[in-house]
Amino acid sequence: MSILVIAEHDNSSLKQATLNVVAAAKAIGGDIDVLVAGENVGAVAESAAKADGVNKVLVADNAAYGHFLAENLGELVAEVGKGYSHILSAAGTTGKDFMPRVAALLDVAQVSDIVRVESDDTFVRPIYAGNAIATVKASDSIKVVTVRPTAFDPVAAEGGSASVEQLDVVKDAGLSAFVSEQKAESDRPDLSSAGVVISGGRGMQNGENFKMLEQVADLLGAAVGASRAAVDAGFVPNDMQVGQTGKIVAPQLYVAVGISGAIQHLAGMSDSKVIVAINKDEEAPIFQVADYGLVADLFEAVPQFEEELKKVL
Amino acid sequence: MKVLVAVKRVIDYNVKVRVKPDNTGVDLANVKMAMNPFCEIAVEEAVRLKEKGDASEIVVVSIGPKAAQEQIRTALALGADRGIHIETDEDVQSLEAAKLLKAVVEKEEPKMVILGKQSIDSDNNQTGQMLAALTGMGQGTFASEVVVEGDKVNVTREVDGGLMTVALNLPAVVTTDLRLNEPRYASLPNIMKAKKKPLDSMSPADLGVEVAPRLSTLKVEAPAARQPGVKVADVAELVDKLKNEAKVI
Repeated sequence: MSILVIAEHDNSSLKQATLNVVAAAKAIGGDIDVLVAGENVGAVAESAAKADGVNKVLVADNAAYGHFLAENLGELVAEVGKGYSHILSAAGTTGKDFMPRVAALLDVAQVSDIVRVESDDTFVRPIYAGNAIATVKASDSIKVVTVRPTAFDPVAAEGGSASVEQLDVVKDAGLSAFVSEQKAESDRPDLSSAGVVISGGRGMQNGENFKMLEQVADLLGAAVGASRAAVDAGFVPNDMQVGQTGKIVAPQLYVAVGISGAIQHLAGMSDSKVIVAINKDEEAPIFQVADYGLVADLFEAVPQFEEELKKVL
Repeated sequence: MKVLVAVKRVIDYNVKVRVKPDNTGVDLANVKMAMNPFCEIAVEEAVRLKEKGDASEIVVVSIGPKAAQEQIRTALALGADRGIHIETDEDVQSLEAAKLLKAVVEKEEPKMVILGKQSIDSDNNQTGQMLAALTGMGQGTFASEVVVEGDKVNVTREVDGGLMTVALNLPAVVTTDLRLNEPRYASLPNIMKAKKKPLDSMSPADLGVEVAPRLSTLKVEAPAARQPGVKVADVAELVDKLKNEAKVI
């Protein structure tokens, strides 16, 4: 078997999610090649070549791939991937965008967002917002699979010495063009890969109050998230949303502040190692999943939490 | 500009999902069904495009059992002009759904197809992208803003770390994210009017598409429950437990 992993990166550095996907590829078993498609991606390719378990790095370096447009990536990956038994990517917004195009162009089904590998054709994935867990078997000759990164421990970033091969395949579908992007500027770690996440819900009352969480986050080196209720209420932008319709996170420590714990939120964070809930409503469902629950007014508890952390950190 | 909107009948999002005791699937017997929430946003966006003068006709299509006509009628009550029902009791997976929709696109020749980014039952997030690939269209997935400008559409997309805007040639496929709009409710007069709007029914065979699942579900289980935790008395105890018991700070 031979597996093609599509690297996730921002043209300058390899995202950790790629290492999680390589881990999923190792669980399937076989030769693992990594495709780095982007623009000026020399450094990314070098990092990918060092990742544990990688056989070969294929590089498609062209302006057509610089913004990861699905129309162009889809054609590229379908062409490069047709000689492989499996094509894997992270189930982030990039992979979710182009991978179904790859599957359709190859006339095969896609298995989305897997959390476990049972065998080379059988995978486990959540359905119904995580309220049910399905084991599915794919019958196509090429398996197109997106992987939930947090469900697989990453392979080592160093130690490998894969060969690097430049591809001379330029696919520009001419259907779409990049216009602009607005990246949330932050020195904090990325929500999906952070070791600690502190999230606020409707109980935060407004966006201004999220500053309290940011101060705690900076002490812990944490990312700041939010429930869908807080996003819907307009407190914070949607890219902070943790939940089935937002980001799926599984940090070492998840602190839920003023979050009641709707099913759709739990689906996004209940794989966290340790969950802390701070909520004044002791009946809130979040306490059913919390390892440590504190029934308190968050406006008193969060500043105290910050002070206590300062003492011990 | 003609807009095609695809909608799916799914379990109502307020219903508690229960896995069947024999682990063959989720219990849907006597459960309230509704239009997939992301599809409601797709219908709403099409109606707004029509209100702005960008869209001239809205055709709504659904694939599924006879009862899926309820969701088509809902879309008609919200402002769609006519409906197409592709009737099947089979388990239609994303690739087959995309092939059926492709056949409808070839017949109807819409300038834009709007779908929800995913359905809340299978959570696949595939059909819109597959349809776009099969029809050779560009795609604006996870849209939070859709602006038609001449023969192009600018779609602002919710991506990891922020927003990204792409310009797509029309015809194009758009899939909706949560913040694109807030769907309206159908008024009673519009619900009555919707009953008289045209609704064509056809089978997958009429469209020349064979529905053959590529993925088989071996079992469906309830997720593992977390072990119940403890309540702490105050913040000091919480920090102590995190440091000395859980060792995560």
